[in-house]
Amino acid sequence: MRNLVLSLGLICFSTLANAFEIEDRAVFGPDGSDQVLRIISTADISFFEPMIQSYLADNDVVRVDYTVASSSEVMRAVLNEQQPFDLAISSAMDLQTKLANDGMALPHASDLTQGLPNWAVWNEMVFAFTQEPAAFVISNAAFADLPVPENRQELINTLRQNPEIFEGRVGTYDIRSSGSGYLFATQDARASDTYWRLTEVMGTLDPQLYCCTSSMIDDVVSGDLAIVYNVLASYAEQREDSDAFTIILPSDFSIVMLRTMLIPTTSENPELAAEFLDFVLAQTFPDGNSPLLRSEVLDTASEESLHRIALGPGLLVYLDQFKSRNFIAEWESSILQE
Amino acid sequence: MRFLLIEDNEALAGAVVDRLALDGHVVDHAGDLETASDFTHTTDYDLILLDIMLPDGDGRSFLAQQREAKSRTPIIVLTARSEVSDRVGMLDLGADDYMVKPIDFSELEARCRAVLRRQGGAARNIISFGELEFDSLAGTLKIGGDETKLRTRELRLFEIFVNAPNQVFSKPKLVDRLFSYDEEASENAIEVYVGRLRRHLDTSDVSITTVRGLGYKLELA
Amino acid sequence: MTAPNTKRSIRQRLLVMLLFSSALTGILLYFVMQSVFQQIAQETQDNILAASAISILDSARVSRGEISVDLPYSALSMLDRVTDERAFYSIRLDDEFLSGYDNLPRSIDFADADMTFQSAAYLGQDIRIAATRRSFSIDNKQAFLEVSVAQTLTGVNLALARISRISLSVGLGFFALSAVMALLIARSTIRPLQSLTESVSRRGPSDLRPVAAPVPSEMAPLVVSLNNLMARLKKSLARSEDFIAEAAHRVRTPLAIVRTQAEITLRRVEKEENRRAVREMIRAIDESSRTAGQLLDHAMVTFRTDNLSSEVIKLHELISETVERSQPISDLKEIPVRILHLDPIEITGDRILFQSAFHNVLDNAIKYSSSGKVVDVSLEIADGGFEIIVSDSGPGFSETDRGTLLERFERGENADTVVGSGLGLTIADEVVRAHGGTITLSNNSGGGACVTLSFPSD
Repeated sequence: MRNLVLSLGLICFSTLANAFEIEDRAVFGPDGSDQVLRIISTADISFFEPMIQSYLADNDVVRVDYTVASSSEVMRAVLNEQQPFDLAISSAMDLQTKLANDGMALPHASDLTQGLPNWAVWNEMVFAFTQEPAAFVISNAAFADLPVPENRQELINTLRQNPEIFEGRVGTYDIRSSGSGYLFATQDARASDTYWRLTEVMGTLDPQLYCCTSSMIDDVVSGDLAIVYNVLASYAEQREDSDAFTIILPSDFSIVMLRTMLIPTTSENPELAAEFLDFVLAQTFPDGNSPLLRSEVLDTASEESLHRIALGPGLLVYLDQFKSRNFIAEWESSILQE
Repeated sequence: MRFLLIEDNEALAGAVVDRLALDGHVVDHAGDLETASDFTHTTDYDLILLDIMLPDGDGRSFLAQQREAKSRTPIIVLTARSEVSDRVGMLDLGADDYMVKPIDFSELEARCRAVLRRQGGAARNIISFGELEFDSLAGTLKIGGDETKLRTRELRLFEIFVNAPNQVFSKPKLVDRLFSYDEEASENAIEVYVGRLRRHLDTSDVSITTVRGLGYKLELA
Repeated sequence: MTAPNTKRSIRQRLLVMLLFSSALTGILLYFVMQSVFQQIAQETQDNILAASAISILDSARVSRGEISVDLPYSALSMLDRVTDERAFYSIRLDDEFLSGYDNLPRSIDFADADMTFQSAAYLGQDIRIAATRRSFSIDNKQAFLEVSVAQTLTGVNLALARISRISLSVGLGFFALSAVMALLIARSTIRPLQSLTESVSRRGPSDLRPVAAPVPSEMAPLVVSLNNLMARLKKSLARSEDFIAEAAHRVRTPLAIVRTQAEITLRRVEKEENRRAVREMIRAIDESSRTAGQLLDHAMVTFRTDNLSSEVIKLHELISETVERSQPISDLKEIPVRILHLDPIEITGDRILFQSAFHNVLDNAIKYSSSGKVVDVSLEIADGGFEIIVSDSGPGFSETDRGTLLERFERGENADTVVGSGLGLTIADEVVRAHGGTITLSNNSGGGACVTLSFPSD
């Protein structure tokens, strides 16, 4: 159970000179324990709490201090401000990779990490523990009379042929404000030219741009949107109002984002962090009995169509200022069409 | 019997010749191999006594020559060498026996007799005296038709008497002839042997008589 | 025989030298392979870094007076294609930093080369940096666009570890193979020496013929020396045998003459006390002569036991021949020698020594028996071997005699009237021991001495 939840804005811990922005924070475990594990994460408390509780059930002297921040703030807290977090969890693979590449992560090797598949670990510093595919989410109501698009080409065709239905009702990430959106977009573009055509088609339909998956789903449920492109299937699946929409993993290829953990060099308790990290990995590999990895759409997708984003220096390319400037410029010219 | 002694040491040779003459043998003496060869070419010997180290050569070569020439004359080698290998070698070369110097004359006589006896009947040496026939090689004494086998010392003693009938032999002389010097023999032993001989001669016309104070002699009754 | 003063075997030495050189070659091989492959690994890494840097440089464009670099994805992703590597890059226009890692060590000196490589430490890790540059014309000004790409050494180190392992196993394998070869070479090198040794040691003691079997040319001088030595030995052996014979002759001939003279004198002397004196003299001469003879016999026995020849001896024939030859003497003393038992037995040994031993024992038996007694000889198979037993009916051995009688010049307590040197049993003992047997002195239950020569079977 959550012992303590502190809401955004209420918190101002003197120990954390938090110039970075905190979205949420919770502390689990007994008061006054010396064994404190400080986690900074992009994942909502509700998303990660089961894992923490499960860990605390076996380690009742440990206290877990869980801080939620955006991926760029996670980066800032660790890299720029050198805050003493013991574990950094983020869906921004590129930023996690950069943290490790820049020497901000401690290497960790255990029997467990040796057994991980190659794609799930980089340099013994970055460890993936979820696979989160990007999907289309369509409103069942809007598509009542339309064929369900199975891949990008079919989606392009559907959008083109039915502008009256989709005008102003297409949603996607604003890659300028969303790290995940940018990551999906760059990987999409790298994988296929179809991305740019799709972006252009969406551009003609006055697309709505979002910061986060949840608000996009909200708008699909409310009927404001007919379709959203490149949203995290895992979020959509967990919605209780999932009757209103259908999640589609494109059959041509699905970009799969990996949520990753690393132990920052600033950690004051790296042994504990390593122990917790191993615990999480044990829960999620090899069979993934953790709810974090359980994804029905992922189970039904063919392995060939899954396009896992590769951890590694390739991800640094899109962080390059020239590269991101060029990419965003191109994206803007496609999607805004001003 | 006729012996050839091949020996370069004159003193030794003289003594051997003297001693064997006492036994009734005729002994020619050669001081070297050349002389010896001359002798053997002209005379048949019953026995050759051969020294090994001679001024003009090795006695062994003479031995080998003799055997090559198929001479069956028995040869006894007299050697100063004591090494057994030498003696064996000598026998292999065809010597019938060997003796190591200094020679014990009793042993020499015994060995001569043994060699001659082994040679067989060809050179029989039978001495007759009265009705006696004495074969010194076989050691038999025939009186009339009866033949008696004499034991070694009886035979030796009788041989001494029969070679010189009617000659008186003192007891010490007989001891000298009969016993070797490593035996502690007393004159009483002579009396014992004389007694035995007398018993053998009981039935014959020959007897050993005591010459009081001097010794014994063999004579016809 | 004394053990030779040995100083490590040739084979060992050869082996040590060969092994040493193999080890040296193995180590050398290890280092050469290591360094060659290290170079190759380094070049491979450099090539990849160079390719990466060039691909970045190629993506540079000048448009509207501004330079823009469209970093290709592969430029960095290629760097950890095989192993996870951290990668760094920096892009500069002349000295102005454009993008990447600002503090990445720069290559100062390009000289004339398009590409430079350097190793450096960065962010706590060893890295390899490739740098390249190209000049661009921007606003009619020439400027160098410089691209550096760097990579950690995880892959190279892994490769080096593997190379090290491979080099080590190649080095060790080479060493193992060479060691086996060395062993074979050492063995085959030593073989002619061994066969020479065997052929020499197989020889009988009197076989002093030169070695005629072919040997490798290196061993020819050894064989020549060996042959010379054997020739000299042969000569010296012959000389010492001659010496023994000569000594016997020199001692005995005068003795023979004196004895003869004494005997002649004895015939002329009538007075009893003079006669006794002459007799004593003859006895003394006989004893000296016999002592000289036995001393020489003993010298001969000692000499021959050191160089024991081995031939097959028909022991029963040897015994009957010796007994037969003693017949004149035993006859003379009226002591019959009876052969009670004669098992046909053949043994390997020195014939002359056997004859000497048996002759001495038999001679003793005849000598110490008194007239009218008998000497019994038997040769029979006994437990695990055979025995020659000579028993007489003389006075026998006293208790004190038995232990000491085998020593030189010891004569029995009862031997006072008998001429002898006391060496007879010593000679027999030495011969018997040289043939692995034992000599036992005992007394018969009915009186008289019993000498038993026991031998194990071959």
